[in-house]
Amino acid sequence: MIRLEQLCKRYQLGDEPVMALDHVDLGIDAGEYLSVMGPSGSGKSTLLNMLGLLDTPDSGRYWLGDTEVSALGEEARAAQRNRQIGFVFQAYHLIDRLSARENIELPLVLTGTAPEQRRPRVNDLLQRLGLERHADHLPNQLSGGQRQRVAIARAVIRKPALLLADEPTGNLDSHSGQDVIELLEELNDEGITLVMVTHDPNMGQRARRRLWMQDGQLLKDERDAQP
Amino acid sequence: MRSPDLLRFNLRLLTGQWFRSLMTLLATAVGVAAVLLLTGMGEGARRFVLEEFNLLGNDVLIILPGRKETTGGIPPLTGEGTRDLTLGDAEALLRLPGVRTVAPLIVGLAQVEANGRNRELVVVGTSRELFNMRQLQAAQGQVLPDLPLDRAEAVCVIGHAVRGMLYDQQPVLGRWLRTGDRRCRVIGVLEDRGVSLGTDLSESVIIPVASAQQLFNTQGLFRLFVQVQHLELIEPLKPAILDLIQQRHQGERDITLITQDSLLGVFDDVLQLLTLAVGAIAAISLIVAGILIMNITLISVSQRTAEIGLLKALGASERQVHRLFLSEALMMTLIGAALGILIGYGLLWGGHWLWPQFPVSVPLWALLGAVLLAVGVALIFAWLPARKAARLPPVLALKGITHA
Repeated sequence: MIRLEQLCKRYQLGDEPVMALDHVDLGIDAGEYLSVMGPSGSGKSTLLNMLGLLDTPDSGRYWLGDTEVSALGEEARAAQRNRQIGFVFQAYHLIDRLSARENIELPLVLTGTAPEQRRPRVNDLLQRLGLERHADHLPNQLSGGQRQRVAIARAVIRKPALLLADEPTGNLDSHSGQDVIELLEELNDEGITLVMVTHDPNMGQRARRRLWMQDGQLLKDERDAQP
Repeated sequence: MRSPDLLRFNLRLLTGQWFRSLMTLLATAVGVAAVLLLTGMGEGARRFVLEEFNLLGNDVLIILPGRKETTGGIPPLTGEGTRDLTLGDAEALLRLPGVRTVAPLIVGLAQVEANGRNRELVVVGTSRELFNMRQLQAAQGQVLPDLPLDRAEAVCVIGHAVRGMLYDQQPVLGRWLRTGDRRCRVIGVLEDRGVSLGTDLSESVIIPVASAQQLFNTQGLFRLFVQVQHLELIEPLKPAILDLIQQRHQGERDITLITQDSLLGVFDDVLQLLTLAVGAIAAISLIVAGILIMNITLISVSQRTAEIGLLKALGASERQVHRLFLSEALMMTLIGAALGILIGYGLLWGGHWLWPQFPVSVPLWALLGAVLLAVGVALIFAWLPARKAARLPPVLALKGITHA
């Protein structure tokens, strides 16, 4: 489903250029569960942003499905992000002045879906994630775990093929972190491709496929034999 | 994004920071209100003056004795070296085809005595036609009767103020009044038309023109008003009138013809220019409001960097983000403009209520201009900050970094 070919990205950090991605080749099949680990500055977040079309490579190619998205313009990439990709961030990135429901339906609002079509879909998700009672709460009235659930609901409302999670449990205590990770895995079991960046080895070990990165290069690509 | 969603999204934003929004709204509102107020007053002044001078109607030609050029030199002193306008001229003019009526006018000061009181008042000699032309009506009794021009009937119509001066609240109809050495009977009191910038008839005594000729011992008329049958006849009649008078005055073209329009045109131009000027000055405050909107939008962009990144991650395109910020500024302006219109009209109506004789009316161009200017300024000034927001790379924006 995803194919990266010789992907490069260079950043200027002070005076020195840093190779955030150094000729990365990677293929990901639909439905895979993949964790990316490595020390900070190893390029794992850059890789995730690249996969999520938030960043553009300096060179190399990127196929998402059948399209070469590295050749698309900004407008087309925005449309791809909306349709194909869901993001879960460490800092949740919920909009404070909008209620849980309004945050979740934001991707649908952006594409101009009618309210009567949005409502049942949001209701289903709220129910599934056990957030019905919090639908009209503002983010600051929710606990960290609940906020991350809202963020996950927002990420999957458009039923994307790819779910990208950047340290999704980084701001959570271990109990709610466990809940969130289980939710993500459940979604993966239903067929969504899950790519998770983490520096917590325990979390990383749960994935069926594990990538280690260092200095912008793929150091190790580990797969479990089973499923 | 659907418009109701966009509206709701922006509304959340504005109410979320209500104090900041209110201040910006107020800036626009003050600007719009200022434009409306000043142009409303300017237009009011223009109408006031026009209404005051417009009593004759624009189908009336005014004939002055003596030739007065608009260019060159001081006009000659009245009557000197020229032939008088006479009642004979008036009757000749009436026979010209196209002329509906002719009203003569003699004005002078005379001692007026009645009820044991003595005042020096303006005495106006004219005919019934003048009442028709100026749409003057009697509040009591009747106006001058329809007499042959040369018949000096001993009747008079008095102005509203004269009545108060001479008779207080006593009944006046049928009572005698003395103008100079002549007695006449009061047959009517003019209705009170308020203060009039033209000739103030409320403080004058109106008598038949032949009586006035005897009173002031003159044949010459002060003015002749000629009302034409159709507005279009004004221009063709001018040379005909000049020719006729020339013929009657032994070949001398010693009269001046004025139309009311030529008098009013000057006032009109000056006052319109004045209204435009004060409106333009007020419009400056709208530009100041625009700069404020630019600042607010800039602050909004830098405060909401992370949100912009998120929206982009969720699939908002550059164009959508741009539109989002523009529409926020636009909404703020439109609400502000609406508020300004309310304030502006409120103050104008308040003023009108305090001074009812002063007409207030906001010209449509000022209303539309103010709103369009406010919207235009908001769009122009919000354009740059909105584009800045739209161009933010999503990765950096998510980290809250405004300057890449």
